[in-house]
Amino acid sequence: MESPSNIVEIRRVSKCYHRGDLVVPVLTDITFDIARGEFLAIMGPSGSGKSTLLNLMAGIDRLDTGSILVDDTDITTLSETELASWRSSSVGFIFQFYNLIPVLTAFENVELPLHLTGLSKKERREHVEAALRMVSLTERMDHSPSQLSGGEQQRVAIARAIVTDPLILVADEPTGDLDRKSAADVLDLMERLNRELNKTIIMVTHDPHAAGRAHLIRHLEKGEFIP
Amino acid sequence: MIILKMILKNAFRRKVRTGLTVLAFAIAILAFGLLRTVISAWYTGVEASSASRLVVRNAVSLIFPLPLSYYDKIRHTDGVSTASYGNWFGGVYISEKNFFANYAVQPNTYLKLYPEFVLPEDQKDDFLRDRRGFVAGRKLAERFGWEIGDIVTLKGTIFPGSWDFQLKGIYQGRTGSADETLFLFNWEYLDETLKQIAPSRSGQVGFYLVGVQDPNRSADVAREIDTMFRNSLAETFTETEAAFIMGFISMGQAIIQVINIVSIVVIVIILTVVANTMAMTTRERIGEYAVLKTLGYTGSHTFALIVGEALVITSIGSILGIVLTYPAAAGFKQGLSAFFPTFNVDPSTIVYDLGIAVLVGSAASFIPAIQAVRIRIADGLRRIG
Repeated sequence: MESPSNIVEIRRVSKCYHRGDLVVPVLTDITFDIARGEFLAIMGPSGSGKSTLLNLMAGIDRLDTGSILVDDTDITTLSETELASWRSSSVGFIFQFYNLIPVLTAFENVELPLHLTGLSKKERREHVEAALRMVSLTERMDHSPSQLSGGEQQRVAIARAIVTDPLILVADEPTGDLDRKSAADVLDLMERLNRELNKTIIMVTHDPHAAGRAHLIRHLEKGEFIP
Repeated sequence: MIILKMILKNAFRRKVRTGLTVLAFAIAILAFGLLRTVISAWYTGVEASSASRLVVRNAVSLIFPLPLSYYDKIRHTDGVSTASYGNWFGGVYISEKNFFANYAVQPNTYLKLYPEFVLPEDQKDDFLRDRRGFVAGRKLAERFGWEIGDIVTLKGTIFPGSWDFQLKGIYQGRTGSADETLFLFNWEYLDETLKQIAPSRSGQVGFYLVGVQDPNRSADVAREIDTMFRNSLAETFTETEAAFIMGFISMGQAIIQVINIVSIVVIVIILTVVANTMAMTTRERIGEYAVLKTLGYTGSHTFALIVGEALVITSIGSILGIVLTYPAAAGFKQGLSAFFPTFNVDPSTIVYDLGIAVLVGSAASFIPAIQAVRIRIADGLRRIG
């Protein structure tokens, strides 16, 4: 019987990549749970499968075998359209290179996920302003990404990730492109989100300092968790 | 709304590339518009023709004459309101490059048959009075700066010698499609002169023009005229004015086909240019499309972004091309007035231009858009950084 406190339940997940005739196993029979409100760091060398695992949990990649339940929804059974809708409401993404849309302002970038909801313009504005307030960037909301520093861009990306109040936040090397100071600011912010808003955060990182901020660290090597 | 905003902003992210593509598209639309205008100018005579006019010519060929003696029989044929006659004169003004159409016509009846040629009454009277008089279309007179009373000499090619004429009137077209480049003189002047220099060629006309009372009976009247002269030395072939002009146009059908093919080639070339631009654009932004998909945007949003951007580029190019077509056509009109009495951009050409913008924009972006829709998010995200 699964524990109701688990927000993510991963069961016997395997994933291979095909390079021509070559089959490269990336994840092998992975099973684990993530508790609600957890701040988990997944570490491992390049090619260990940590980003693939993150992508599978976030519904942006498909597994070969197994199942993944997020808040009791088996995302492996969803169609592409259903999965897109599920992602928009349930997952917040934080990327290594921020991945803001360059032609949109900070405000518009944060607002992007809200266009897929039924919120009115006024409601969207309130949500965006609240999210930007959370990352202390309200005064720069009209700036384009090119006018922001790397740390500020990542904070805008975090605001975009939380603006829909998702079930989980997934972060792939969130400090990988930042200087030490900006990285510390971003990690402080993620800690606050976890502590104050009880957000479940799953972070993939190479950086032991970043991983040290998490409650739990799991190591992945050659597609398997190691004790 | 956000998709529309992104389409517009994306379209101008690479200003130089977008600018060059827009310019290339505008030039293609300009070329297409001018080629289409050449074709429509070619058919202007058909548009200007009247359903109530018939042309009677020698059944063997237009170059063989018909006896003047047919005139009375033709004009008394049942259903005929007016009949006239004339000859293609083929005179050259100073040099062959100054080409214009010049006819010897029976002036009174000819002007009755062509009410679309508006000639002031006093000028008309002068023209009818003086056998050496001629009337010119407004554009022809403007082209050579002729004024009433000027003496104009044509060098005969079909009818040898130097032929002097005095300008008695300048007619204007009642409609835009009326030919204002004609040189019309009195057939009597031609015939009288031929009686002196080549008596065997006098008393013959190149064609008869017939006005019918009821255009619905044109076919019956034509058949009756041709039946009347069957088994004579000069059998006739009667057809509507439109069919007669089409007969001339069909001689240049190969040229029209070439122009049509060139028009299509122009569009295909610009299609590849826009497709190349869109392929580059899509490849550069594949990471952004992956981010949008990650946020919950679907393949149709991605498709709309890419196709929309292409349509913005082609639409701007098309509008610019249309704007340029008018002054360019006006320039061509002056340069080609000897060959094309009218050279106006047809409204249908504008519709085609806009249609091409939609067609090229959609076709050029379709494959890049499909590729972007199909790419896996994880693969798209890997392109960033």
